[in-house]
Amino acid sequence: MKAYHLFRKDLFSEIRNRYAINSLAMFIIVTISVILFSVGEETISDYLSGGLYWVVVFFTGMSGLARVFVSEEERGTTLTLQLIARPETVLSGKLIFNLVLTLAMNIVITFLYSALFPAFVIKSLMLFFITFILGTLGIAISSTIIAAIISKAGSKGTLYPVLSFPILLPLILILINLTKISMDGTPFGEAIMDVLFLASYDVVMLSVSYLLFDFIWKD
Amino acid sequence: MNRYELKLDSLTKYFGRRLVFRDLNIEYCQCGIYGISGPNGSGKSTLLKIIAGISTPSKGKIIHTAEGKEIDTAEIHERIGFVSPYLVLYEEFSCRENIEIMGKIRGIEPDEPHITRLLETFGLADRQNDRLKFYSSGMKQRMKFIFALLHKPALLILDEPTENLDNEGKNKIYELIKNYSASNIVLIASNEDSDLQLCTSSINLLEHK
Repeated sequence: MKAYHLFRKDLFSEIRNRYAINSLAMFIIVTISVILFSVGEETISDYLSGGLYWVVVFFTGMSGLARVFVSEEERGTTLTLQLIARPETVLSGKLIFNLVLTLAMNIVITFLYSALFPAFVIKSLMLFFITFILGTLGIAISSTIIAAIISKAGSKGTLYPVLSFPILLPLILILINLTKISMDGTPFGEAIMDVLFLASYDVVMLSVSYLLFDFIWKD
Repeated sequence: MNRYELKLDSLTKYFGRRLVFRDLNIEYCQCGIYGISGPNGSGKSTLLKIIAGISTPSKGKIIHTAEGKEIDTAEIHERIGFVSPYLVLYEEFSCRENIEIMGKIRGIEPDEPHITRLLETFGLADRQNDRLKFYSSGMKQRMKFIFALLHKPALLILDEPTENLDNEGKNKIYELIKNYSASNIVLIASNEDSDLQLCTSSINLLEHK
């Protein structure tokens, strides 16, 4: 419940300050526009459009999801949080916030992408839905713990993509593969190993986050 | 009567190779006002952060005890109130919103008479619905005291408590500290003589280098 109140605090703060929303919205528009302009009149293959979908998600996430901890550090309110909540409460609250933000971001990207790229047709909706949910969860969890690490560093802007790349790469690769499979219309049962890998990634990242956060959070 | 005790056991802190302080052995068992002095950079704020459980010592340990039971480090924040120049509250929210948010995140039930008393004591009752970003530095300092006292802590930690306050504000704070120390432990880290004069005993961090 305390984590929920921390999430509400971040949500109201975001509504008033728009630290992340503006940045995410701009990145969604810019990346999709750049892809549209660069493709031009050419027809891109179905698989390529599926891959580019996750590229848009990845780069959009990079632009805004780190704000969850960086904004506290920049405003100097980290000490306030340290004084009112246990580290795991802070991590849970921030995780819920990033999860909601990532989910909203991915829903907007999916709708825009489906409308603007005719090649992006999903035949196995069930498989894509599970991929989408587990992928959103993985991106939110990884981004939150990376944001916590880089918020204490000096050059935050550079460090976030540097740290994100190796951590998110296995996730993005499996997401691209699962999206390709769901575009083929392959039954869910045949993709079960990939889905399990995706679920394992989420569980491992979540466990590591809770184990590490106490050390990251304290000076 | 407060049965809160604080013990600093061979506390040592280094920043890299630089020694901040070493072998601090102090016990605070009685209610009262205790001082920590030393020039700028002597480690007063660092020591207070270690006591508050938000920073870790290089050597030694800090033991908080309530009713004879040692408190887990993760729960120290529930027992302490902290005022510091580094403390920044949420300026996008009003004073009232900050109080409500802090209370909910702490998991405490809103005690309306206590909140009203704090707002009146610190002269913020009339401006409680204004956002903190429109407050003066003195008002923000008073707001920090409300934040620190909201959950009625057994240990009140004050780092430069009268910073940004005018004489009237200082006197109010001194009165509050004296009253609060009757049933609680108050630690003050300061360079101001008038702040340190309140203390029954004081340590100088220069003597622990």
